[in-house]
Amino acid sequence: MLKIIHMKVNGKEVELAVDERESLLDTLRQRLGLTSVKKGCEVGECGACTVLVDGEAIDSCIYLAMWADGKSVMTVEGLKGPNGELSPIQRIFIEEAAVQCGFCTPGLIMSAVEIVGTGKKYTREELKKQISGHLCRCTGYENILNAMERIIEEVYQFSHKE
Amino acid sequence: MFDIKSFYEAKDVKDAIDALVKEPAAQIISGGTDVLIRVREGKDAGTALVSVHKIPELKGVKLLENGDLWVGAGTSFSHITGDPLIQKLVPMLGEAVDLVGGPQIRNTGTIGGNICNGATSADSASTMWTLDAVVVLEGPEGQRKVPVREFYTGPGRTVRERTEVCTGFLIAKENYEGWAGHYIKYGKRKAMEIATLGCAVRVKLSEDKKRIEDVRLGYGVAGPTPLRCVKAEESLKGHEVSDREAVENFAKTALTEVNPRSSWRASREFRLQLIEELSKRALAEAVKKAGGAANA
Repeated sequence: MLKIIHMKVNGKEVELAVDERESLLDTLRQRLGLTSVKKGCEVGECGACTVLVDGEAIDSCIYLAMWADGKSVMTVEGLKGPNGELSPIQRIFIEEAAVQCGFCTPGLIMSAVEIVGTGKKYTREELKKQISGHLCRCTGYENILNAMERIIEEVYQFSHKE
Repeated sequence: MFDIKSFYEAKDVKDAIDALVKEPAAQIISGGTDVLIRVREGKDAGTALVSVHKIPELKGVKLLENGDLWVGAGTSFSHITGDPLIQKLVPMLGEAVDLVGGPQIRNTGTIGGNICNGATSADSASTMWTLDAVVVLEGPEGQRKVPVREFYTGPGRTVRERTEVCTGFLIAKENYEGWAGHYIKYGKRKAMEIATLGCAVRVKLSEDKKRIEDVRLGYGVAGPTPLRCVKAEESLKGHEVSDREAVENFAKTALTEVNPRSSWRASREFRLQLIEELSKRALAEAVKKAGGAANA
């Protein structure tokens, strides 16, 4: 049965009818066209479908759309600047060659947004744990961790300038 | 689209119980990180669901007037780990649930689901057993409190009736005050893993930190349900932290109280080896956290 839900998606209020059996992943991709959200394993293991719900990274493949009612959802599409510029996190992923086929990238970027948002510093070992909910079959993770370390350092430097 | 027969989002606990009574085959969904997987795999395909996902009264950690700690069943693992009361009073529980799955799972999965699934491998379970936590259930007949040690009846089975909602867990003051503990999860990899074996040890040391006044030893995957090794605990009580013989005896006694099986994850023999070894390692860490000498 279709139900009306309201959520804030990438800063914009949306009202839409969703099926109660629908995952948030399907809602975002098929009803809202947000195809940065990737459909991978569909059982919460690969992290390709990671989005932020009220600021927390979740696997949208095992999260019912109904649960997002009244919440704020963020995907990679919400990161771009006013003129379509890449966010610093995306830019550093490119500069560090942390992207190969790109399938895991949007999910990893959203986890990076959550991690950077804590404002904390992390060791490389801690970062490995923080991204353990993502599978990348190309890079061997080294460049992803390099990018994450750089983002965290840059944000930390910036926020501790004064 | 998930193969779900019907879905109902409960507004509060009473509403959830009513919905469960009304739909005779309905099961509860909380965080969904297990239920939706079972639906996807076909094991629970076509199920009717009553969601307790958005019930505010099930979330959070509170200190009650009598000093007991209340952990809401709908509290996500990451919220437990990040909770100031948990960090201060039972850091071990926060550390244990920080080993569940990966970060995204920990942001969604709940402790209520972890316990009510009845899995012996649940990362919170052995710690809850060593805390002598009490499961609070609310059903059509009213509320009842079941000690977690009497909650499990078999693999995947508990005393919870289908129409009962687990609202939370109580941890009595005498079970956390003055205690320290450590949980070790043994798995083939460090994350996104189900425990091959879980070992939880809590200790209460004497004032001079030299003697073990009280100790608790709990396991996951050492039998069909989580369990406690009471004889091993008794054997160690009163001994010096540095008494190696007593510690060896503690670990050996634990072996007489477990019944692990062989599964594709590990053989019975390997699990027995883990049970013996991890009890000593978790004890040493627990003693260290309690302020005792590290060479226990």
